[in-house]
Amino acid sequence: MAAIVGYGAYVPRYRIKVEEIARIWGRQAKSISSGLNVFEKSVPSIDEDTATISVEAARRAVKAAKINPEEIGAVYVGSESHPYAVKPTATIVAEAIGATPELTAADYEFACKAGTAGMQNCIALVESKMIKYGMAIGADVAQAAPGDALEYTAAAGGAAYIIGKEGIAEINETVSFTTDTPDFWRREGQPYPGHGERFTGEPAYFRHVGTAAKMLMERIGSKPSDYDYAIFHQPNGKFPVRIARKLGFEKKQIEDGLLCPIIGNTYSGSAMLGLAAVLDIAKPGQRILTVSYGSGAGSDAFDITVTDAIESYPRQGIRRMIEEKKYVDYATYMKFRREFE
Amino acid sequence: MREVAIIGIGMTEFGELWQKSFRELVAEAGVKAILDAGIEGENIDAMYIGGMSTGRFIGQEHVGSLALEVAGLEDLHIPATRVEAACASGGVAMHQGYIAVASGMYDIVVVGGAEKMTDVVGGEATNILASAADREWESFFGATFPGLYALMARYHMHHHGTTQEQLAMVAVKNHHNGSLNPKAQFRREISIEDVLNSPIVAEPLHLLDCSPITDGAAAAILAPVDIARKYTDKIIKIKASVQACDTLSFHSRSRFDSLPAAVHAAKKAYEMAGVKPSDIDVAEVHDCFTIAEIIAIEDLGFVEKGKGGKATEEGLTALDGQIPVNTSGGLKAKGHPVGATGVAQINEIVMQLRGEADKRQVKGATIGLTHNVGGSGGTAVVHILEAI
Repeated sequence: MAAIVGYGAYVPRYRIKVEEIARIWGRQAKSISSGLNVFEKSVPSIDEDTATISVEAARRAVKAAKINPEEIGAVYVGSESHPYAVKPTATIVAEAIGATPELTAADYEFACKAGTAGMQNCIALVESKMIKYGMAIGADVAQAAPGDALEYTAAAGGAAYIIGKEGIAEINETVSFTTDTPDFWRREGQPYPGHGERFTGEPAYFRHVGTAAKMLMERIGSKPSDYDYAIFHQPNGKFPVRIARKLGFEKKQIEDGLLCPIIGNTYSGSAMLGLAAVLDIAKPGQRILTVSYGSGAGSDAFDITVTDAIESYPRQGIRRMIEEKKYVDYATYMKFRREFE
Repeated sequence: MREVAIIGIGMTEFGELWQKSFRELVAEAGVKAILDAGIEGENIDAMYIGGMSTGRFIGQEHVGSLALEVAGLEDLHIPATRVEAACASGGVAMHQGYIAVASGMYDIVVVGGAEKMTDVVGGEATNILASAADREWESFFGATFPGLYALMARYHMHHHGTTQEQLAMVAVKNHHNGSLNPKAQFRREISIEDVLNSPIVAEPLHLLDCSPITDGAAAAILAPVDIARKYTDKIIKIKASVQACDTLSFHSRSRFDSLPAAVHAAKKAYEMAGVKPSDIDVAEVHDCFTIAEIIAIEDLGFVEKGKGGKATEEGLTALDGQIPVNTSGGLKAKGHPVGATGVAQINEIVMQLRGEADKRQVKGATIGLTHNVGGSGGTAVVHILEAI
């Protein structure tokens, strides 16, 4: 199959603590934090949106991969918070990284898994030799209604992947599991998403992530112990831990890719950022399972093997970037989210 | 009046049953009860189905007709009636079924109860449930059921010295029992600390002091005792079936540490059955909140008023106690699909009296009681059953 040629990630530096949000709404921070396994979340600055986050991640990927951006034949940006309803984010990114004009580009939406859907498309285009390199981005500045349960986790961040014939990690297989399951949605013109609360768990996240992972392992004849790392979409810090245990993975396989407790749910960025954190430390020959999840609902699963080329790849240290943070209070958070405008 | 027996029971698993619709729940519980009784469809003379707010939970009223259709008995054109009395809908349906058989009007009657509560989100379930209180004078002013029962808890704590820990012990006991019931929504043990550390819903009630939002259905088949012998030798006789009512609004009551309707229903039921509280071997009571079980065991005369907390602490109501209460896990752990609850309580007591309750079996139980409450006590239904 195709390979990951390069990757880049970006998480805004601002953070708000669960405690601070709970303080405003008169809730018990401790039970929310322990219930969600989330302690703080990233907050986009007032001038950041899905386009700027995508560009940041894309630039880092191109720079690290040391490729000529003009050879990128496709750019797909997956997000549920594209700045425009009509007018692609992907063209902004393509122009910013110097990939225009000879390429195809489009925006994707599939709740939190649009970015991995873009990766699959890039794999197909590379495999069919329609393009040399393809770039898939998952990025979001996630919306949450003030006071809603989502407010404790809805965060910002994104990751960009360059897909080509050979690279730092081979993609051995990818499968998807998709159904019409309305667990989470946002209609045209609505500022905040609605959700089915507990319905988002068992029949939505767990069914799709669990099934996609099992389908993938069945197809290639692997088992949980074959993987050095596993990354599952992280709507909170609890769900990925629970599905990992259910599937038979151990804590040590998932902890390096688990970013949600310290940055929140970056939606389309979530699983892709988790994978980036693992690629930051992975050694040649190591094997990685990644499963995204998008409400509505579907999961894309990837089986990946790290190659020798990773040794010379300039790793960016996502965790180091995340550590460089600045806390804001609730009012500043609301200002940054432009809630007062 | 004729003597009435329960010849069959059936219920679905209780829980968040995303994959099952209201109609499927009704069908499943009904079919199980019919198979348990060993009757045929054409034997059935009438149906009563308890449902609290099907109209607001799933947008479906007229569920009597729906139950008839899912039972496939439309060609018989028998009467199928939906009964509503908030969370006592199932208990009142049982009472209606009892009257219908005892009077001689019908021989074989199916009583059911069902609720599909997980299709609504946000505060909607709380709001729908608040329709069981006085909308004009309570709910519109922000009172919810956790709020009303929190008032009872506060009053009980203040006047009788009941403690938070004693409230928590009700939940701990019922979760233990639930862990032994394969149909319970929560089949896991919890500790007093778990209850006290769970989020506060309405002070002093924590999340684990409250019964959950649940999908589920339950059914029972009633027949006159003499006809019952044709179908089964495991006859459970209804020794008493009493419904009592009170003001809709909680604030109009004479006292806050008791539900007078439940006291009245219990007193009449004991008279009707010719038994005393101390004769009861096992009871299912309406523990919609932990304080409700403490008040219930007092109202039923198992203990003196004010001593419910202490009695719980001392293990009186534990599975191996003097009067095991809520062996099924109760509303707290078994789950509380409001319209089904009264009939599910009957299911548990019948299982206990038949000796079919497996790991939660109360040894030698022959007389059992159910206590089903609507709203903050506007309706209460007490049944006393006996294995004969």
